[in-house]
Amino acid sequence: MDRVAILSQNGVPDALPDFRNLGVAARILVIVNLAAFVAAAIKASTLPQLADEFLEIALVVEPVLLASLALLWTASPLLARLPYLVGLAIVSVAVLWLTAGAQFVRARVDAEPLQIIRSGSFALLLTALLAGYFHLRNRAFSPALAEARLQALQARIRPHFLFNTLNAVLSLVRKDPRRAEGAIEDLAELYRMVMADAKNLTTLARELDLTRQYLNLEQLRLGPRLAVDWQIDDAPRDALVPPLLLQPLVENAVYHGVEPGAGPGRIEIAIRRERDKVHIRLANPYHVEHQHRQGNRIALANIRERLALHFDVEATMQSGVNGASYEIRMVMPYRRSGTAPAGERAAA
Amino acid sequence: MSAPGPGSSAAPLRVFLVDDEAPARERMREVLADLASELPNTVVGEASNGHEALLGLPARPADVVLVDIHMPQMGGIEFARHLAALEHPPAVVFVTAHDQYAIEAFEVNALDYLLKPVRAARLAAALAKARAAGGVRRDAVDRAAAQSGQVPRRFFSVTERGRILLVPVSDVIYLKAELKYVTAHTAAKDHLLEEALTSLEQEFGGAFVRIHRSCLVARQRIRGFERITDQDGEGAGWAVILDGSAERLPVSRRQWPLVKGLAVG
Repeated sequence: MDRVAILSQNGVPDALPDFRNLGVAARILVIVNLAAFVAAAIKASTLPQLADEFLEIALVVEPVLLASLALLWTASPLLARLPYLVGLAIVSVAVLWLTAGAQFVRARVDAEPLQIIRSGSFALLLTALLAGYFHLRNRAFSPALAEARLQALQARIRPHFLFNTLNAVLSLVRKDPRRAEGAIEDLAELYRMVMADAKNLTTLARELDLTRQYLNLEQLRLGPRLAVDWQIDDAPRDALVPPLLLQPLVENAVYHGVEPGAGPGRIEIAIRRERDKVHIRLANPYHVEHQHRQGNRIALANIRERLALHFDVEATMQSGVNGASYEIRMVMPYRRSGTAPAGERAAA
Repeated sequence: MSAPGPGSSAAPLRVFLVDDEAPARERMREVLADLASELPNTVVGEASNGHEALLGLPARPADVVLVDIHMPQMGGIEFARHLAALEHPPAVVFVTAHDQYAIEAFEVNALDYLLKPVRAARLAAALAKARAAGGVRRDAVDRAAAQSGQVPRRFFSVTERGRILLVPVSDVIYLKAELKYVTAHTAAKDHLLEEALTSLEQEFGGAFVRIHRSCLVARQRIRGFERITDQDGEGAGWAVILDGSAERLPVSRRQWPLVKGLAVG
């Protein structure tokens, strides 16, 4: 992205929010209506008056609000390509125009020139308030912070896994040098991907490769105890997902679900696309008595946070025990490479 | 077990391997074979978890057991605790990939441990040390287990004619202190444990609850309570009704407020 980013002091590039995101639209709706209510409360002195005033204000505010949201929805990809301040200026001018337009329509009914100035400043004030809010929010979820947490997670590819795998590879060196070579190559590639710059979204195909390499290595030491059931024929391989979405969860599945079991343990990985959503389901055997093995919740919380960062309220994640198995279900919007709206770039 | 003393230099050191990963056991065999000229040894057997090892060891007595820590069914630390109940237990050397807590616990209690991948020189040193030190000591393992934050054991071990009999903790309905011993009552049989009721209460506080100065019952087994009269006819008390046992065990007045809400099923 050769976009000219305006860097604030802590290195967070300012950016307009992704107006096509449901969460962003909902936040704008709520905040604007709250402001309208506050304005009505200031003007009114009795409760019935309050209702009247609110209706009065809503009559102007709601059409402008909805028109603005529709406009921003349409223009979102365009706005994302512009520098932040230019985008902000365009948004402000557009909102002003819409307000003036609405007042003009109303003025024909009952004219009052002061109204236009008043509601114009009200609209500008609200736009500034919202811009400030999204700016702060963007900074709160700043990449620096997210990156730090991601790195913490990366470090958590369990040392237990590394040393056990090295030990298993050592056992192959004399007997089956070729397999040992393959395993070392897998290990190198796995760590290269884990240590790579993980700020941007990656494709599901890449995540699947990473997970498969990881499982190859686990197979080496666990042998027939590890069975993997891939249900990914309908997986949208070009879907954009946060990096390291699957591997940490599958690592958990092996650690909590397969290793504590004496018999073979089966891990299910099911991924499919349903209209504009990607559904991911992971299941592994549940061992009640092994819940003391810590680490599960940290990885889950980390992934939940990163899903929220990239997709806001449009992604969901649920986990729980279902009979004899532990299940994680994730749903996220289906986005393909090349069509990522601004939100991702701002957050990623 | 009257195994010939491991000190006799002519006899090779008998080693038993316990690890849930087959490649890890193979690797250990290779390193032991590499050491054979310097330190004569023979692998007498192997097992893929602690439970299997306890069953296999009596038939194939060993001087040293090399045991992994994280294993299904029974991990290395619980295995060592049961092993220590034998009259002539073998020496135990723990082998682990990475387990910070366990390692700290071993350092404190001077039990030997090796880190995977294992170097030949380090293994030779550990075997020599283990041979000199002799069998694993119960108190040391118990303390290490407590310090490594391990979960409670899953079995009680009872030694019967040199063999270790394992009683699953989940089979035990109640534990009763009688004179010197604690009796573990299961639906099938009673077993004598050489442990104190207070330490059992500490270890299994989650699964067992004290109903009386001399008695712990499994929480899961409590079905209800019934009124009983004391033997001397003075005042009435409560007795617990347990799933799987006809015995009605009295609840002491002191414990009653803590116990009365626990009936399940």
